[in-house]
Amino acid sequence: MKRFGPMFRKEFIQMRRDRLTLGIMVAVPIIQLLLFGFAIQTDVRHIPTVVLDESRTPTSRDAIAAFQNTGNFRIVAQVDGREALDAWIARGDAQAGIAIPHDFPRDLTRGTTATIQVIVDASDPLSSQAALAAAAGVAQVRNLEILAAAAHTSQLPLETRIRPRYNPGLRSPNYIVPGLVGVILTITLVLVTAMAIVRERERGTLEQLIVTPITKTELMLGKIAPYVGVGLVQMTTVLLLGRFVFDVPLTGNVLLLYAIAFIFIVASLALGLFVSTLVRTQQQAMQASFFFVLPNILLSGFMFPRQAMPAVFQWIGAFLPLTHFLKVLRGILLKGVGVTELWQEMAILALFATVLIGLSVRRFQKTLD
Amino acid sequence: MNDVAVDIRHLTRRFGPIVAVRDLSLTIAKGEVFGLLGPNGSGKTTTIRMLCGLLAPSEGTAVVAGVDVRESPDLIKERIGYMSQRFGLYEDLTVAENMDFYGGIYGLKGAGRHGRVAEVVSFLGLERRLNQLAGTLSGGWKQRLALACALMHSPAVLFLDEPTAGVDPAARRGFWSTIKTLAAQGTTVIVTTHYMDEAGRCGRIALLSQGHLIALGTPDEVAKQVGGKDLEDAFIILQERDEQEQEA
Repeated sequence: MKRFGPMFRKEFIQMRRDRLTLGIMVAVPIIQLLLFGFAIQTDVRHIPTVVLDESRTPTSRDAIAAFQNTGNFRIVAQVDGREALDAWIARGDAQAGIAIPHDFPRDLTRGTTATIQVIVDASDPLSSQAALAAAAGVAQVRNLEILAAAAHTSQLPLETRIRPRYNPGLRSPNYIVPGLVGVILTITLVLVTAMAIVRERERGTLEQLIVTPITKTELMLGKIAPYVGVGLVQMTTVLLLGRFVFDVPLTGNVLLLYAIAFIFIVASLALGLFVSTLVRTQQQAMQASFFFVLPNILLSGFMFPRQAMPAVFQWIGAFLPLTHFLKVLRGILLKGVGVTELWQEMAILALFATVLIGLSVRRFQKTLD
Repeated sequence: MNDVAVDIRHLTRRFGPIVAVRDLSLTIAKGEVFGLLGPNGSGKTTTIRMLCGLLAPSEGTAVVAGVDVRESPDLIKERIGYMSQRFGLYEDLTVAENMDFYGGIYGLKGAGRHGRVAEVVSFLGLERRLNQLAGTLSGGWKQRLALACALMHSPAVLFLDEPTAGVDPAARRGFWSTIKTLAAQGTTVIVTTHYMDEAGRCGRIALLSQGHLIALGTPDEVAKQVGGKDLEDAFIILQERDEQEQEA
């Protein structure tokens, strides 16, 4: 490994001199964090709602107020007919509609089941689910009030008390920001090393390098080493912003987090390196990296829970380093867990790094045919 | 034995059905300036690549600086220097950084490396260019830098693949006097070229055509063997013969 030093130094000088790429690698995490951190909200509130109140009585106005008070519905219009209500939703000006029929107050006083119709625009799954849950909640609360009054008691027979552990306020940033750390590292690091070897090939510098005694392993490790530092700087930036802009807690051991992040960064760089040995031009490297980005966002558990995916996709997800690093990030930042809970993820990430570097060294040929 | 730098025996290389080099045998002595001459596709570059351990021979073998190319192509790389026709150094590094990098890659350390860099710098007159980015150098200076990097480890055999392509005549003359000095110091230099005046500066040349060795000897001897009054004449005769063969 005596030629690792010179290789590392050379890559470091080149990296430092390429101000644009370096700037992008520092700026992109900040911009992405601010964008996604503020934009992604998983709890949907203030759904624009259109109301059709056919009975126009104090009872029906009470019911509408109950919907509004949940905070999930924002009344944007009162309409006179069913067609008008449908039109509002069809145009997208409203995502939910509440229709209270003529008979509503009469049914309620008579004791027959009174109905309120809630129409949701299910083409947007997240907000329609939030609307449905809120509507069911409104009905349940009203039912309990009425039944309790009829039974002349204020004691409820049963109540579930929910304790959201690790994220008591159910805040989206607490969930999104740790995930973003992993996503940002994956995207930038895979892309930058995917370019590494093809760039030398395209510029003609590889031809000069392969007539020297440098070994394939020295070449590969020297190429990725400077970017380990870049990865750690990126992670620190995102964590600091997460802490001070989005108030994301840092519950667990920071040293452990950095130790595992180091392994993850090497694994991501190794993945990029492997891509670099598969492609012939920088353009192909770029396309291959982008092809790889989407599964990382969709299948790793960053956006959608892996438990909800069919087994095949859970398996595919298991082959992404990010999947395992997300568990580490959320585990350490939110739950404050330690090595006892995370040793499996550590082992898997270390395995990824070793296998990918091994494969890259095997794939790369120090010959010209 | 110690006087032989390169010993080529029945060297053959095929690419699918095409035979790029066919049963080539010759020896090159230590300190010789040896030219590989031939039209495009004659097998010059393929031969050099096999001798550098970059390409495995299909048949036959060659011993370069005491090392068999078939047995240990990696060991050969410690004993040879190579300069390709395309500038292969880092344009975003300075002259000094490129030399330091190649010195390190060739296993030179600390004070030894600094000393060697200084030596090569003064040998090639690179003093005033040290902190210039390689990408901003002119063709002649790029060529000197490439030579400097190839010389960092004082190789026994130096391969130059069309070294003066795109270099002005004055720089070419300077380059050749450097080559002569190196050879006088005991370095074996193997050079491929298109330029007839350059071929004339070689001690001996091998004339290749379609992978065959056509003639071998001093430039005058080669011209005579092919039946031309000088080397250029011989080269043209050869090219015409090739074309006739291809038509037949």
